[in-house]
Amino acid sequence: MKKLVMLGVLVLTLVANGAMAQETLRLLTWKGYAPAKLVKDFEAKTGIDVKITYSNNEEMIAKLRATRGAGFDLAQPSQDRISFVQEKFPVYQPIDYSRVNTGQLVTSMVDAVKRNTAVDGKGFGVPHCYGTTGMIVNQKLAPGADDWSDLWNPEYAGKISYRLKRPLLIATAFGMGEDPFALYDDIDAYRALMKRVEKTLIDGKKYVKNYWTSGDTQVAIIQSGDANVISGWDGKGWTLHKENPDIDFIAPKSGALGWIDTFAIPAKSKNLDAAYKWINFMLEPENAAYFTNQEGYGTASSGAIAFLNDEIKANFSRSFPPADLDNIKWHPPVPAGFEKIEAKVLDKIKAAK
Amino acid sequence: MMKKPRGTFYLLITPVLLWLLALLVIPHLDMLYRSFRFETDDGLWVFSLNNYLAFFEDQIYWLTFVKTALYSIGVTILAFVVTFPVAFFLTKVVAKKYSSFMTLLLLIPIWIGELVTVYGWMILLRDNGVINSFLINIGLIETPIVMLFTSFSMTVGLLYISMLFMIVPMMSALDSMDDSLIEAASDLGASKWTIFRQIIIPYTTPGIVSGGIIVFMLVIGDYVAPNILGGKSSLWFTEQIYNKFLASFNWSEGAAFGFLLLLLSSSIVWVALKLSGQKLDKVGS
Repeated sequence: MKKLVMLGVLVLTLVANGAMAQETLRLLTWKGYAPAKLVKDFEAKTGIDVKITYSNNEEMIAKLRATRGAGFDLAQPSQDRISFVQEKFPVYQPIDYSRVNTGQLVTSMVDAVKRNTAVDGKGFGVPHCYGTTGMIVNQKLAPGADDWSDLWNPEYAGKISYRLKRPLLIATAFGMGEDPFALYDDIDAYRALMKRVEKTLIDGKKYVKNYWTSGDTQVAIIQSGDANVISGWDGKGWTLHKENPDIDFIAPKSGALGWIDTFAIPAKSKNLDAAYKWINFMLEPENAAYFTNQEGYGTASSGAIAFLNDEIKANFSRSFPPADLDNIKWHPPVPAGFEKIEAKVLDKIKAAK
Repeated sequence: MMKKPRGTFYLLITPVLLWLLALLVIPHLDMLYRSFRFETDDGLWVFSLNNYLAFFEDQIYWLTFVKTALYSIGVTILAFVVTFPVAFFLTKVVAKKYSSFMTLLLLIPIWIGELVTVYGWMILLRDNGVINSFLINIGLIETPIVMLFTSFSMTVGLLYISMLFMIVPMMSALDSMDDSLIEAASDLGASKWTIFRQIIIPYTTPGIVSGGIIVFMLVIGDYVAPNILGGKSSLWFTEQIYNKFLASFNWSEGAAFGFLLLLLSSSIVWVALKLSGQKLDKVGS
């Protein structure tokens, strides 16, 4: 028995040593946000081992909430989903902007993110990349689809797909000619609007092929021809366009929804140095440009434009004529309690016939 | 001499007990506690039954549960219908040396993992997938049959992942049955249907019931197949629990719904045991 215990202790120490030997950065991010080449470069340059966990906004909040901000050294939530979470469950710590190389970033974007993620006057986010949610359309099979309202247009019956999450409710409201962001300070009016949105989407449900649930299923459903008119992210639409010129990203007439994804540091981050190093590394012009060339999303790095492919620049001017560019609706911070209203609406739509 | 095995016994049992305590008992107690906590509009946390009442007050919740439960019962019955001939074939018809190999083949889907098999079914069933392409190529149909993202594809997925758990207990029940019972009944002039109904079924009931319980519990608690294969109208109760935790950040209500799922599905199993006249300890063996 003694031998067994000794053996156990020995094994445990070995395992613990193995894990401690190298400095690590535990990164909680989205698929595609940590390209393999950049991870390798970063590891070679700093000797820090990067451990990546893929997630989305909802799961990031749930994961960090469960551990009260432990388990990860750096996370990448969208800027509109930080302040209300931070107010309720303090899972992040304020950013020390003096440690971020803000000189290489677009100043207006840094300021906007700082303001939108602020709690008690302290900013909690550094912008990483931005993009829009709009529509991805197979223009050969569904010509003319160019607005959110086409997501419940009988003309495309059986070939429509979208992700049943909060951005869709916002998009539907815009497609109905309303402005949901203007109601962010009036919860009762917002609740009433969501009721109308619910009715529109339930009435239009019979035209929907299926709801996509992730970046991968989003691409698969239009690539396979199961759907021709879907909601989608610009980067994904442009990647699809490269393979099949019939498919492209379209900024809806009533306004594409703009999002900015950030770097935010969990409250119990164990390796702040590595976190700041990663932030600065990812936003170096060449690295940021590599990410954008790869994924198609815009970057907060101001110098990156010199390293972008022509194709990436072409995407942007093709999908965003000046009028549509001006019409992008940037997500303001979500007020507390709104997601509860939306979650119920989403449940009702999913359960409806 | 008596003391030594005792020491070893405690040494061996401690990890199991710690495991159960840390990973099962404590989290469940925490969940139970959470399920009674309710946040008032003023942001105060009070002790309340509101989380449980929410389930009964809002039609969407209990209706989803009823739908999920009925569907799960249906899948369980289907699983029996589909797998009984297979179990009978493997234990009574095929020679012993082949049957163990064939049983091994049945295990293969379990090795692969649920998510991957579910994606496999997507490739088979989609509009321009394997099955539709084949049917169009041989000229049987002209336009693809819509199979994916329907109740059909969801049922297929649920059956596929749960079938094995029906077959194994039935096979062990059938295995222990003496073939001479069937022969005797046959000699006495019983028809095949009578033999099936009066000899085979009563003998294998414990196996059927224990298989049924496992399949029912697996299906009602499944998340992957309804979510991926079920399409736009397949709101499964587990998905609502997931949404409570992840979309509306309402962990208390999510915890209450989790316990309701446990309680309600257990009571359905209890009723099924009563109706079939089985005892849990007999079925469990």
